[in-house]
Amino acid sequence: MTEPLLSEISRPGRVGHHLPESDVPTAKQPLPACLLREKLELPEVSENEVVRHFVHLSNLNYGLDTGFYPLGSCTMKYNPKVSEEIARWPGFSAIHPYQPEESVQGALRLMFELQQLLGEISGLRSVSLQPAAGAHGELTGMLMIRAYHESRGDRKRTKVLIPDSAHGTNPATATMCGYSTVPVRSDARGNVDLEALRTLVDGETAALMLTMPNTLGLFDENMLSISETVHGRGALMYGDGANLNALLGVAKPGDLGFDVMHINLHKTFATPHGGGGPGAGPVVARETLAAFLPVPYVVKTADGRYSLDCGERDSIGQVRSFYGSFGVLVRAYAYIRALGGQGLRKVGENAILNANYLRTRLQGAYEVPYPRPCMHEFVLSGSRQKALGVRTLDIAKRLIDYGFHPPTVYFPLIVEEAMMVEPTETESRESLDAFADALLAIAREVEENPEVVKAAPTNTVVGRLDETAAARQPQLHW
Amino acid sequence: MYMDFIPNTDADRQQMLQAIGVQTVDDLLKVVPESVRHPSLKLPEPLTEMELMSELRAMAEQNADAQHFAFFLGAGAYNHYVPAAISQLLLRSEFYTAYTPYQPEISQGTLQSAFEFQSMICSLTGMEVTNSSMYDGATALAEAALMAVAATRRNRVVISGSVNPEYRAVLNGYMQSRGVKVVASSVTREGDRIMEDALEPILDDQSACCIVQQPNFLGGLSDLTAIADRIHEVGGLFIISSDPISLGMLKTPGEWGADIAVGEGQGLGNSMSFGGPYLGILACKERLIRQMPGRLVGATKDAKGRRGFVLTMQAREQHIRREKATSNICTSEQLLALGAAIYMSLMGPVGMRKVAQLCYDKAHYAAANVAAIAGYRLLDSGPYFNEFVLECPLPPAEVNRELLKRKMIGGYDLAAFGPSLNGCMLMCATENNSRGQIDGLASALGEIAASRGGVK
Repeated sequence: MTEPLLSEISRPGRVGHHLPESDVPTAKQPLPACLLREKLELPEVSENEVVRHFVHLSNLNYGLDTGFYPLGSCTMKYNPKVSEEIARWPGFSAIHPYQPEESVQGALRLMFELQQLLGEISGLRSVSLQPAAGAHGELTGMLMIRAYHESRGDRKRTKVLIPDSAHGTNPATATMCGYSTVPVRSDARGNVDLEALRTLVDGETAALMLTMPNTLGLFDENMLSISETVHGRGALMYGDGANLNALLGVAKPGDLGFDVMHINLHKTFATPHGGGGPGAGPVVARETLAAFLPVPYVVKTADGRYSLDCGERDSIGQVRSFYGSFGVLVRAYAYIRALGGQGLRKVGENAILNANYLRTRLQGAYEVPYPRPCMHEFVLSGSRQKALGVRTLDIAKRLIDYGFHPPTVYFPLIVEEAMMVEPTETESRESLDAFADALLAIAREVEENPEVVKAAPTNTVVGRLDETAAARQPQLHW
Repeated sequence: MYMDFIPNTDADRQQMLQAIGVQTVDDLLKVVPESVRHPSLKLPEPLTEMELMSELRAMAEQNADAQHFAFFLGAGAYNHYVPAAISQLLLRSEFYTAYTPYQPEISQGTLQSAFEFQSMICSLTGMEVTNSSMYDGATALAEAALMAVAATRRNRVVISGSVNPEYRAVLNGYMQSRGVKVVASSVTREGDRIMEDALEPILDDQSACCIVQQPNFLGGLSDLTAIADRIHEVGGLFIISSDPISLGMLKTPGEWGADIAVGEGQGLGNSMSFGGPYLGILACKERLIRQMPGRLVGATKDAKGRRGFVLTMQAREQHIRREKATSNICTSEQLLALGAAIYMSLMGPVGMRKVAQLCYDKAHYAAANVAAIAGYRLLDSGPYFNEFVLECPLPPAEVNRELLKRKMIGGYDLAAFGPSLNGCMLMCATENNSRGQIDGLASALGEIAASRGGVK
């Protein structure tokens, strides 16, 4: 059943939270009327009603704790409960960013150690924890690249190369940094087309923005040659860390030739996605770029204390208020400490094994556009089903009827009717089998009873919603 | 033994490898050059849950938190009371373990609560539309300036010198690479008075926008009518950054004539959390909607006529428009927006007014008390909400060190704001400060001054 809006539950005079009466005298000078607001209209609801309302709403959501959530490039791995408890302790949650440093040594130590840990994992040892999300990390990293070229008096680098398989954030970020973007095509095996790259990269290229493994879930067969080509013309390698999970224990981005990259803590390091934030997108970089990192960052002083440092005058400055999504940093730190080197080494391999197993189970029924071993995710095409009049969107919606969250669909753009599946290492073989069985059953339905697929989903609170009407006549509040 | 959250056993892995048709996982990894494959990872030993808890508890206990210390620190992050119902509801993992609501049929919880957040923020700010949140107040302000630049096709941004310095730093970073010039007014001190240069004379027909903060960084409030008129006269947009808690009583950005309203929403039911994650608010006039960054949730219907909610107007966004998008932003702060929605619905109109009134009264009580202590002086920047500038007889860092010994967290050292405010601190009070705490602060400040020879 759909849930009424708070404005519809509201009754005049109801109160959800009672504040204490003031224990100080009322201020002698009231504010002049011209500074005061007139009416304030908000719902009036009791606490019980508020709680039931939001519990009802939560029941309309599918979370990772509800079931399998194989959303490609999003790394929906299990979010450990211990991290949730720790992050809520007042020692972490009820502290202010401007407190005297001696009163937050534990928080600063956690940040310092997380900087070190991310530096070791990525092989890029200069770290800023400040960016609030992946795309924000991209912005930070690309501003650093810009500052790097400018510091060398190299002002003719005006363009950024971006493979056609890249996330939309990459070109949008390059634009925000004042660059023009040049797409690089992929070859038939799902690699960056090395010949095309060699033609495109020149003295005006600031950087190549590259996701590795790429959004097809493939490790580029020419990875080291790509880095050499880019570096050979004085450009830098920007790494989009969205798919870092595949590389844990498998390879370090620094060894692959990346100069600067962001890391999505809410993907690889198991912090929850929150229904679309908060995330955290720390940036890691080679020492040669250290001077351009945002400030402040945490340093350890000679006497063993932890301190915020704003030292570098070449810094790109600040990209958000304060020091970053600290609550997210706490969870990521807890995860890394729980697994240690031993556990993290298993993550990449198990993510890769799970993805290849699922790919093997599905490759008979669905088109696999790049038939070679994948990394942590793989892309299927619904082209065979499309020929029978059923679209990938229909298949995704039908998966909901089977109790699964659909994979990422219609991305990457270079695969027709794409379905991008990322199981992660925290799923069991049974869970992968159940999902594979559902997709195989749907493939049969497409052949035998396509209408049932096209009518999906049927057991949800609402059916497919009219998105065209929503965009044409936007109703954005009650 | 340790945790890795990997359920499959060696036996499972063997069966899976067999199904794939390879011997080992390494057979799947031949594409990774051998020279870089399986690097050493020099990381600490893994921990069990009990070990992890005890290590992290030791770190948490090194921090002075607001449950054990009295806080008089604000300056952009605020110690407000968070009702228990919020913390409990935010533990619903159907909310916190979900991704962005790409599949609306199984994401109505996130989508409807975002729609409710948008509705209540519109009401609180007096604006026509709002998105479902930005990273924080600083980036919301910078993105608002980018909106103004795009909407007016002008390359000059004027900002008041009394806007939060961190927000100004972020704005500069966002504008620099776009080639947009940022011009700021200056704030000076004359005796006991803090003065801000008038903004009107520096607004011209090349100005994309004028950005002010109300209450400003120093806590002060001013009549914004003339600035609003002037920036509109020259064809630019008026942007106001405000603390949403203050809007329980203060005139709204909408009432001041703002075209875009931004602010830091942390105070609405979210913890201070050492500066993040926070909640950026960005609301605007309806005509600016196509320049708006971020996620928008709209109401619509399904084929059976049932109401539902979807992400909408996505043609502005990076996954569709790529290099032509309004911003590269690809997320919101949805869980914090949910916290804010629960907060506003629990408080209702009466509670929102009362929180603001309590903050106002407590800050004015605190100001009157500390100003009466020998050696301390209140600087006058006109009417204020819940923060005020206090000149101290010894350096603020030393005052704060002494306060810390007495389990109090003092104000923000304004030396960072500018040399004219050396020796001053920005003090803050909220509904969380009891009269006892405030009286304790006053006597502590008295002792601190006296022990150092007192009056300058």
